[in-house]
Amino acid sequence: MNHWLTAPVLIPLLGGILQAFMGYAPISLRRTLALATTVLMLVSAIVLLLMANDGSYRIYAFGNWQPPFGIVLVLDRLAALMLIMTAILALFCHLFSIGGADEGNRQFHGLFLFQLMGLNIAFLTGDLFNLFVAFEVLLIASYGLLMHGGGTARTVPGLHYVVLNLIGSAVFLISVGMIYSVTGTLNMADLAVKVSQVSGEGLSIVKAGGMMLLVVFGLKAAILPLCFWLPRAYSKATAPVAALFAVMTKVGIYAILRVYLLIFGDDAGELANLGMDWLFPIALATLAMGVIGALGSGTLKTLVAWQVIISVGTLLAPIALGSEAGLSAALFYLLSTTWTVGGLFLVSELVANQRGSAKDRIITAPKMQSRTFLSVLFLVGAVAAAGLPPLSGFFGKVLILQSAESGTEMAWLWSVLLTGSFLTVIAYSRAGSIVFWRTVDGHLNKPEPLNGRVSVAAGALTALAIVMVVLAGPIMAYTDATAAQLHNSDAYIEILQTPMVGKDS
Amino acid sequence: MELVFALVIGALTSSGVYLILRARTFPVVVGLTLLSYGVNLFLFSSGRLATGQQPIIGTAASYADPLPQALVLTAIVIGFAMTAFVVVLSLRNLADNEDDHVDGKQPYKSPAPEEESEVTGK
Repeated sequence: MNHWLTAPVLIPLLGGILQAFMGYAPISLRRTLALATTVLMLVSAIVLLLMANDGSYRIYAFGNWQPPFGIVLVLDRLAALMLIMTAILALFCHLFSIGGADEGNRQFHGLFLFQLMGLNIAFLTGDLFNLFVAFEVLLIASYGLLMHGGGTARTVPGLHYVVLNLIGSAVFLISVGMIYSVTGTLNMADLAVKVSQVSGEGLSIVKAGGMMLLVVFGLKAAILPLCFWLPRAYSKATAPVAALFAVMTKVGIYAILRVYLLIFGDDAGELANLGMDWLFPIALATLAMGVIGALGSGTLKTLVAWQVIISVGTLLAPIALGSEAGLSAALFYLLSTTWTVGGLFLVSELVANQRGSAKDRIITAPKMQSRTFLSVLFLVGAVAAAGLPPLSGFFGKVLILQSAESGTEMAWLWSVLLTGSFLTVIAYSRAGSIVFWRTVDGHLNKPEPLNGRVSVAAGALTALAIVMVVLAGPIMAYTDATAAQLHNSDAYIEILQTPMVGKDS
Repeated sequence: MELVFALVIGALTSSGVYLILRARTFPVVVGLTLLSYGVNLFLFSSGRLATGQQPIIGTAASYADPLPQALVLTAIVIGFAMTAFVVVLSLRNLADNEDDHVDGKQPYKSPAPEEESEVTGK
C-alpha cells in the first residue's frame, strides 16, 4: 500500500471541485488556484516517477480490499512515464489557456482539471472496469472542453465525437462483459493469470472480447478506419484544448500496451499476442492515411491534427511487432510526438491570431507581427514532428527503424515510415513557406500582441524537442527499463500477493 | 429464460444500431439509449442468469454473482449522464444549424477552407 499513488487523482479532483464551486470568483483567483493545482500535480508525478524508477510495482488498494476483489491503482515505470508526460503537457496548455482562452466559460478550469483526473486514473488503474470509468470521466470532461469557446463551428464535430465515443463505450462494456463471463475477474493481474487457463468454448468468447477491446482502444487512439472524426474535432477545438487532446489518442495506445502485453502477452497460452498481426498493417495504413491528410490539409491546425494520426501509426507499428527495442523506441517517440504536437497546436493558434481574417489557413496574407518568433517556433515544431535531425522526432524515428528485425516487416516499416516522413516534410514546407514567406501587401486590423504567458507556453512546449535531445541518454535508459518491465508480466502478477494493511503476512 | 433474455438483448441492440445509422439526431439519440439498454442487460447476464439464489459464494451450490450488478449500476449512471449530455448537444446542433441533420445543414464540408471569394485574406 502506498498512499502517494492517489495524489495524481486527488489533486485535480479537489482542485476541480473547488473550481466548480467558485465559478463566480474573480478570474485571477480562479486562474491562480487552477495553475497551482496543475503544478502540484506535476510535483506528484515527479515523485511517482522517482519512486517507479527502482523497477518495482507499487499498489494502492481502495478500501484495503485485497486484489483481485477490490480496485487497485498500480504504479510501474510505464504509468509513471505517462503521468509525467501528461503533467508537463497539461502545465503548458494550462499556462496558455490563462493567456485568454479560458474566458467565456466559467467552468473551463474545472473541466480541464477533471480531464486530467480522468487521464491519471486511466494511467494508474489496475482494473479493466475502472479503466472504463476513467475513460468516461476523461471523455465527459473532453466533451465540455471541445465545445468551449463561442461560435457554431464546433457543434457538428462535437456531436460526431460524442456519438462515436458513446458507441465506443457500449462496445467497451460488451467486451468487458464477455471477458468477465468467462474469467470471472476484471483485475488486470488476475486476468493475466486466468486468460492463460481458458480453454474450450470460453476461448472464442474471450477472443471476441479481446478483439472488441482492440476496436475500442483503436477508436480512442484513432487508427485507420476509426480516425476520421479526429481532424475535424481537433482542428475546431480551442488551441490549449486541442494541445491537451494530443494526449487523448495516447491513452488508447497506453491501453493497448497495458492490456495486450499483460493480459494477452506471450504467456497467454492460446490467446498469446491476440490481434497484434492485425495491428501492424493497420498501423502502417494509418500512417499512410495521416500523411495523405497532412498533404491535403487547408489549415495549419488541420495539418497538426493529421500529424496526430501520423504519430499514432508510427507508434503502433513497433508496438505491434512487440520487440523490447521496438517498445523502448515507441515510448521515446511517444514523449517526443505528444509534446511536439501540443506545441504545434499552440503555435498555430498564435499564428492564426496574428493573421487577421486569414486565420491559420494556408494562404497568402499580409505580413504578421512577431513573425520571427512564431516562424522559429513553427520551424522547430515542424522539424521535430517530421523527424528531421537534430531534434527528438528524428531520434525517435531512427530508434523505431533500428528496432525492426530483418524480413518483410522491416521492409514494410522502413518503406512506409521513410516515405511518410519525406511527404510530411513536404507538407510542412509547403505550409510554412506559404504562411510565413509568401506575404502580400495589405492592411491587417491591429491584432492583439502576444502576451508573455502564451509565448512562454508555446515556446517551452516546442523547445522540449530540444531538451529531449540533450537528455536523450537518461530518457533512453528509462524507456529501455520500461520496455523490459513490460515484457516481464510475471512481476506484475505478483501484486496479487501484496499484503494488505493490518494483515500479518 | 435464456432465450427470451437473448432475444430482448438482440432486439434492443439491433434497433439501437439501426437508429444510430439514421441521419437525424433524434433517432440517433434514441438509438444510443436503446443500445445502452441492450448493453446493460448483456452485462447483467455475464454473471449468469439465476433466480432465487444468494449473492454469496459457498453458501449454496450455485449463487447469483453480485459483481455484474454493481457494474450495471455504474454503467446505468454513466449512460444516463451521457444521454442527458447528448440530448443537450443535439438541441444545440438544431439551434446552431436550424436543422437536426447530424452533419448540420448540408453534407458537411471537411476541414478545407470555406468558399471564399478572396483568397489573400486581407
